[in-house]
Amino acid sequence: MTESIYPALYILAAAGFILAIKWMNSPATARRGVIVGEIGMLLAVVGTLLRHEVINYEWILIAFFVGSAIGVPIAYIMPMTAVPQRTAFSHACGALASALIGTAEYYRRMPHGFVMGALVLETLLGFLTFTASMMAFGKLQEVLPQRPILYRGQNFVNLGIFSGAVALGVALIARPETTWLYPVFALLALLFGVLLIIPIGGADMPTVIALLNSYAGLSASAMGFALNNKLLIIAGALDGSSGFILAVIMCRAMNRSFSNVLFGAFGTIQTSAKQVTARPVRSASPEEAAEILDAARSVVIVPGYGMAVAQAQHKLREMYDVLMKRGVDVRFAIHPVAGRMPGHMNVLLAEADVPYDRLAEMDDINPEFPRTDVALIIGANDVVNPAARTDKTSPLAGMPILNAYEAQTIMVIKRSMNPGFAGIDNDLYYMDKTLMLFGDAKVFVSSIVKELNTAVAAR
Amino acid sequence: MSSYEVAIWVFMLAAFLGFELIRRVSPLLHTPLMSLTNAISAIAVVGAILITGEKEATTLTRVLGFSAVVLSTINAVSGYLITDRMLKMFKKRGPGQK
Repeated sequence: MTESIYPALYILAAAGFILAIKWMNSPATARRGVIVGEIGMLLAVVGTLLRHEVINYEWILIAFFVGSAIGVPIAYIMPMTAVPQRTAFSHACGALASALIGTAEYYRRMPHGFVMGALVLETLLGFLTFTASMMAFGKLQEVLPQRPILYRGQNFVNLGIFSGAVALGVALIARPETTWLYPVFALLALLFGVLLIIPIGGADMPTVIALLNSYAGLSASAMGFALNNKLLIIAGALDGSSGFILAVIMCRAMNRSFSNVLFGAFGTIQTSAKQVTARPVRSASPEEAAEILDAARSVVIVPGYGMAVAQAQHKLREMYDVLMKRGVDVRFAIHPVAGRMPGHMNVLLAEADVPYDRLAEMDDINPEFPRTDVALIIGANDVVNPAARTDKTSPLAGMPILNAYEAQTIMVIKRSMNPGFAGIDNDLYYMDKTLMLFGDAKVFVSSIVKELNTAVAAR
Repeated sequence: MSSYEVAIWVFMLAAFLGFELIRRVSPLLHTPLMSLTNAISAIAVVGAILITGEKEATTLTRVLGFSAVVLSTINAVSGYLITDRMLKMFKKRGPGQK
């Protein structure tokens, strides 16, 4: 009897997952999406526990308990600034789970043909995504250096190791009985994951995280093929296509290709610094900045990773409140690759209680810049570099940027004149209408807020 | 149609459905989306349960299965909770604003 229930529960679970993603298309329905997603997962778990193959419950229940005991604190304690790390960690967990299941299946059943093919794909993707995600986690958590690490012939080494893993995988598909091959295959896959992320720098993390998301999903889907389980196939395919689309969006937003992101080692090409001579810049104090902002009618704030590093989002919200109260129209312009993962800035600003209808996407805000009195750039660099438009030889050439340079006045909060992540000089800083505000983003914004408030009190 | 063929059909249709659905997600919600799909991919727990709960499980497969259930549960639990925590923060107009 219970045996005929589980397929029905699986179908309902798949429907739940599809609805969950569908409802993510708007903030108004998104939380409903989370609930149907949870219900879907619950149905899938209950359905599986009811299957007659499942005899032994104690270890499963202990595992549920241990997993929840780790998962719940992560969910509540983790600060919002750690979202990119958490995401990388979660890709690692998912991929490792998938690889371990594939390994167990291999030793248990020693399958042949199609099933073995699916199993090899599952474990290959699972193992390499696991180590790659852990590396990404390390870089995001700043345990590992964020700069790309490069050496001669890197791409050849990587390609060699990957081909080795694939060749062993094919050999295993041909003769699954050669069990000694399996650990070597797994090791090569694990090693490739590490090597894949070594040459990738922080600015490329949004693409890489999205791509790893896709791999983890595809691995789960391959597991579905190996176990002949449609629910796994569907959920994995949804996850895989989601990560893939996000990666494509990120690549487009940087005008680069996948291979360029993965093998191009961005940010190291600029060894021959063109303008070594220090050019003059105009700088301003918080008082002057506050005065200019106060006199403006429209302000567009362009946040970048630097805002996240300085944790300036809450102070920025205070500034937003003060300015809005005084009738200044304040909006935030969000570049798709600002930060370390897709949508990073939106989450941080939402956390600081900035209403989301004040956050504008690149295509919507760009025509507004000529009519903007002040563009305030906080911790962003490459995404506002006009060289992307004007200089065909720049490594940024062709990258879609926020046209902050068209604003009437530009203010840039920056620690020093050190070039940004990609090491590319930004002409925006040397324009006549640009004011550099040197200092820590959070400290500087709070002094602006203080100035604005005293100005109010003085009136 | 063999069961493998059916499986490939299912995969193809699900992948296209995924593309269509995700293209419509506003960039505003890309981070919660990723965290939600992460939670959904914890569906690997199904495979993990089957291996762990099996009667003839060896020590090796039980250890592997057990670890996979733990890892998937971490993902499912923290994934859904964090997604919800993030989505709660997205408000249209906060109090005290016009």
